[in-house]
Order: sequence, then structure tokens, then C-alpha cells
Amino acid sequence: MTDLDSFREQTRAWLKENCPQSMRSPFRSDKDVCWGGRKWTFQSEDQGLWLERMADKRWTAPDWPTEYGGGGLSREEHKILLEEMARIQARPPLNSFGVWMIGPALLKFGSEALKQQHLPPIVRGEIRWCQGYSEPGAGSDLAGLQTRAEDKGDHFIANGQKIWTSYADKSDWMFALVRTNPDVKKQEGISLVLFDMETPGVSTRPIKLISGQSPFCETFLDDVRVEKDQTVGEVDKGWGIAKYLLTHERSTIGNMGSTAAGQKTLPQHAVEALGLEDGKLANAMLRAEIADWAVEAQAYELTAERVRDQARAEQGVGNTSAMLKYAGTELNKRRHELMIALYGSDAMIWEGEGWSEQALPQQWARSKGNSIEGGTSEIQLSIIAKNILGMG
Amino acid sequence: MQKLVLTEEQQMLRDAAHSLFQEQGPVSQLRKLRDEKDELGYAPSFWNQAVELGLAGTLIPESHGGSSFGHVGMGQVMEEGGRTLTASPLFATGVLGASALMLAGSDQQQERLSDMAAGSHFTALAIDESGRHAPSRVATRAEAKGDGYTLNGHKTYVVDGHIAHTLIVSARTGGGDCDQKGISLFLVGPKAAGVTVTRTTMADGRNAAMVDLKDVTVDADALLGKAGEGHATLQSVLDIGNAHLAAELLGIASEALDRTVVYMQERKQFGVRIGSFQALQHRVAHLWSDLELLKSCVLKALMALDADDDDASALASLAKAKASKVAELATNEGVQLHGGMGMTDEYDIGLYLKRARPVQLLLGDQRYHADRYATLRGF
Repeated sequence: MTDLDSFREQTRAWLKENCPQSMRSPFRSDKDVCWGGRKWTFQSEDQGLWLERMADKRWTAPDWPTEYGGGGLSREEHKILLEEMARIQARPPLNSFGVWMIGPALLKFGSEALKQQHLPPIVRGEIRWCQGYSEPGAGSDLAGLQTRAEDKGDHFIANGQKIWTSYADKSDWMFALVRTNPDVKKQEGISLVLFDMETPGVSTRPIKLISGQSPFCETFLDDVRVEKDQTVGEVDKGWGIAKYLLTHERSTIGNMGSTAAGQKTLPQHAVEALGLEDGKLANAMLRAEIADWAVEAQAYELTAERVRDQARAEQGVGNTSAMLKYAGTELNKRRHELMIALYGSDAMIWEGEGWSEQALPQQWARSKGNSIEGGTSEIQLSIIAKNILGMG
Repeated sequence: MQKLVLTEEQQMLRDAAHSLFQEQGPVSQLRKLRDEKDELGYAPSFWNQAVELGLAGTLIPESHGGSSFGHVGMGQVMEEGGRTLTASPLFATGVLGASALMLAGSDQQQERLSDMAAGSHFTALAIDESGRHAPSRVATRAEAKGDGYTLNGHKTYVVDGHIAHTLIVSARTGGGDCDQKGISLFLVGPKAAGVTVTRTTMADGRNAAMVDLKDVTVDADALLGKAGEGHATLQSVLDIGNAHLAAELLGIASEALDRTVVYMQERKQFGVRIGSFQALQHRVAHLWSDLELLKSCVLKALMALDADDDDASALASLAKAKASKVAELATNEGVQLHGGMGMTDEYDIGLYLKRARPVQLLLGDQRYHADRYATLRGF
């Protein structure tokens, strides 16, 4: 038996022993997702137990180095862990901007002290992070951000406003882009800094979206003290790190084009809603549209797979995250439109009598944001035109 | 699971094919064949070089003089040939004919494979009977008579029919006009009594013959595979054909985009390069994204064929459906973004437009394959 085979065997046995039964099914709704942090209330005892056990095992960040609390798994072992979790439909124990975003940025650009301070609590799900990037005047033109951080020797004093901060009201720490030098080219005076959301002067206000939900906030910074040693990388050199993080974010959002494991696919919904006649969906117009969507969806899945395989084989085409983000989010929006076409007016009941747990109208409305957040579709197309096709 | 990347050998074949097509089969060659209404419809100078490189035998086993290099390899060749619009017997003989004989041919029938690998024997697949691809709609009849069969019917859009040494003909030995059962495949010599081959000239400057069969008698050993069971063989050949046509469309669409980008970087209006206009940038950026999606479908379909994967039929239809859609967009956008120049015969972009459509239609267009894909996926 190879080492990987025995790793698989041990992993399978451990999961069997430790993954609570109620954590072995796809998320039914957003409420089932565990985000952790100081303010978190577990939805069930099992949810807490599952996070605790996985965090003890350090498998909330399976591929991070062990010296910072990570699982230290190789790429192959990480893949096996994910496969074994998928096999029993184990839920991810923790959704975390710490694990997905600031953690990888710290590993790549952070000082030793910052890594020691911040990475282990992320792995344990103790600290929940939010991202302070966009501002009312700096959306697509992110580098035009105005939040000012004035140098006061060993610390900065930050003033300004952030917007579209995901879950700021529920988070413990923020990683934020701030202007540390207003006198140079806009990309050259930006720093990436970290601060506790409980610092005096930080306040948040949720933004109600067209979906009725409020996943985003406005965050106000009023004379907020930020320690200088909480700068990731060098002062004024934050833009490069920000771009690295945006690439990361794009691939996360783009992935929404895929149907999550355990969820019904659009064709499966269609078969249920419309029925089959002679093996074909009973509505010819919808069938044609859904077939076209299904072709695009598989093309997208295969492309995500090919990009991963090419990166591993070092045949990377580079800069594919803009394409995946663009294609994936447009696909997801179309899926929601087709879901509404399938269920008709039933899918427009907003609440009360007749509303279903699937929350079709809310999800449909929410999907409109996919091609806006993390860089609009138009920004992605401009990135492709400039960086790949060389058009200036 | 197999990784979606080319092996070193496949990449080398791609590079070799690239040089060959660029140097020996450039677009100007197709233009010349078209303008001179060339009898053969391909350039022997190109074909001889391609054969020397072993391309004709890419799918053919070594025992018959080929290299058994597989579909992923052949797909790279088809894609490169799509970039230069090179006309040659590579598809009708090297892909369709070779596959049909390898899948269902008797030892004696397979003897042709050596000459096919050597580039001296051509085949043509005669299956459709109207403008739109419909392989089960077969009105051509094959009646058992003595030791053999008598064929009567009319076949349309037979690529390379005018140069073929062997026609592979579908005809009904049983069943009704649209039944899958009862279809048989026959190897018919184009010079046999009662066979009339009429060459057409298509929009792409190439040919697709009409084949008339009037009381054509063939021996029992002309039957390819078993009587009445030709449909399964034919579907496998069509899966292979469609995956390779998708590869060709990928080449056509990629080249149309590349040429359009170059034009947009050169052409000036209002004192600036038109490539600086965001409205135009976004259109080519969208096209580039679409091409990336298509690449993955084509590679996956070719790999599935090599692996004899159960999902190969659905993946071949996926690839052809997506390829047809992308090639249509790429060539339409190509002409539009070339502006007035796009309307001229002098500029090559129009040749890509006029080649893409016949390839899309051949063996089923986007609608045909999206429908088939849905059916195979259970809806």
C-alpha cells in the first residue's frame, strides 16, 4: 500500500468516527453554513462539534504549513481529504474569508509576527475576517480609494468609508486597503492593513439588497488607530497584494457557475417541473434553452478543470481567473432566470403562503450581484482585452 | 482521471502540424484552388508532405502502416488545418474512412487501410439524403439479390465523393424510413455501373458530391459490419467525426479572432487604433473567453474517444454544439470588426466565415447536437 493509500484509509476512518451524522448532507440553506468568530452562535451542537474536531485536526486549513496551525497536507493528500469528505457528503466545517483570502495573502506577503498572530486563530475558526476594499467613490476604479491612513509614528490614524464589506457587522477583524500616500500615482500610495473591528471609531451598517438579505455593510472609520506593524508587506506597496487577493476572489465567485455537490442540477429541476414526453422535456422552447445552458455549464466545468490541470503541469495560460469569473457568473445568472421560467409564477412568491425553502426569488435577485461583486463582468472583459489580447 | 493537458508527444505533433500547414498549406492555397476551379480540390504538394509526416495514418494501426497516435493527436492536426483552411483528404479518409473500417471492417476490407495511410486511397462517407444531417433518415434501399445486394437511392453532400476510391454508403436492408434498425453500410466503388457522382461547389470553395445510385449491384462482401446493424457503427464514426470537426472549428474560430485582433491593432479611425475602443474590446474579450470554454470541450471529447469512454457520444455532441456556436460568433464578429474590409474577397476573414458554416452543418449543427446532448443526458 502506498503512503497515499494509507492516508486515504486513515482519513476515511477518522471522518467516519468524527463527522456527526447531521453534518453529512448538503446545506439546505444559508443558515446551515458555519462562519465562526467571536460573535458566532452555532446552529446546532453538531455544527460546533464538527468545527471543533476539524479544527483540532487542523483540517479547516488542510494545506497550510503546520508551524502556523495548518494541516500541512501535500496537494495529493488535500485532494484525498476533499474526495473523502465529498464521499460522505460532509459539510465544510468552516466558511472563512480568513482561510480563503487574508490567510493565503499573509502566507505569501506577511511578516513572521503577523503569520504567528493571525493564522492559528483563523484555523480554529475563532476570528472571522472581512474585506475592506470598495468605497462609495471607488468601485470598479478600486485604486481610486480615498480612505486615508495618516502616519503617526508607530501607528496610523484611519478615516474614511468602506462599502460592500461582506458581513462586516458579524466579523472580528478587517483587512483593508487604505491610502498612506496621497501625493503619488494612485496605485503607489496604497497599503493593506489589519485592525480589530472593536477598535474605537469603527462602525458598521448593513445594506439591504434587492434580495431582501443584508450580506454587505457600509463600514465607517472615524479616527481609527491602526498599528503600523499590522501592515501586510511594505507601506505603500499594498496594491500588488490587493490584485493578488482579487484574483483569488474572482475564482471563488466564478465557481458559483457550478452546481454544488448534492444540489439538483437545472436539468433535474426541469424534469421534475415539466415532465418528460418520449424522453424529452415536455416544453420544446424551454428544453432548447436548457440544453444550451447545459452545454455551456459543462464547458465551464471542463474549463475550470483544464485550468487547474494546466497550472499543475505548468502549462498555465495565465490570467484565466478573469475569464472564469466572467463566464461562471453569467452562467449562474442565466441558471436563475431559467429556474424562474421553469416554475413560473410560483417562483415569484416573495414570502408567506406558498413561499418555499428554496427561496427561488431571493436567490434569483441575489444572483444579479454575481457579475458585479469582485469586479464587474465589464471589468473582467477589459482585463482580458488589455492583459491577454494586448489592446490598449 | 486523465488530466486535461497535452502530452509532450501530442504537443510535438501539434507543432509539426502547425509548421506543415503554415508552410505547405496556407490560406493562399485554398484561394488558388477555388479561383482555378481545381479538378482535385486539394494540392498534391501539400498532401504528399502530410503523408510523409504520417498524418494520413494518425488513427490507423501500425500493422497497416499507420502510427495509431490517437484522437487527441489527430485533433491537434485538425485544429491546425482549421487555422489555414487547408483542403485535403485528411478528414474524409484519415478520420471518417479509417474509423469506419477499423470499427467494422473485415480483414479483407481493412487491407485498404495501408493505402489510406500511404495517401493513395481515398474514401467518402455517403450517408445523408437531404440538406440537414439526419443519419437515421435513410430511404436508399439495398435489396438482397443472389449473393449480393442491389442499391437504389440518392446521397447528398458527400465530402470528397469526387476523388474517392471507396464510397461508404448507408442503405436500408430493413425497417421504415426513419428507423435506426435496418440500416446497413456498404463499400461501393464509384466506378461501378449505376453510380453517378456529381461534384458541387460549396461556399467554402470546396466540394461535396451528390451520389446517385441506380440499380447498383454489389457483392455480399461489400457489406461493412452486419446487415441491419449499421446504425451503431455509424454513430461511433459520427462521434469521431464530430469531435474532429469541432477541433477544426476551434482552429477556424481561433484564427478568425487572432486576425481580427491584429486588424484592430492596426486600423486607425478618429486618429486612434480602433482596438482602443472599449465597445470593441469587450466583443473580442468575450470571444476569447468562449474559445477557452470550447478548447476544454474539444480536448475532453478527443480524450474520451481515445479512452473508449461511455460518455464519448455526449462529449462529442457537447464539443460540436459548442464549436458550432463559437465559430458562428467568431466569424460573424470577425467580418463585422474588419468593417468594409471584411466584406471584400481580398481579405481572408471572409474565407473563414464561408468555411465555418459548411463545417458547422456537416454531420449536425449546434441545434442537432444540443438536442442530442440533452437526450443523452436524460432530458
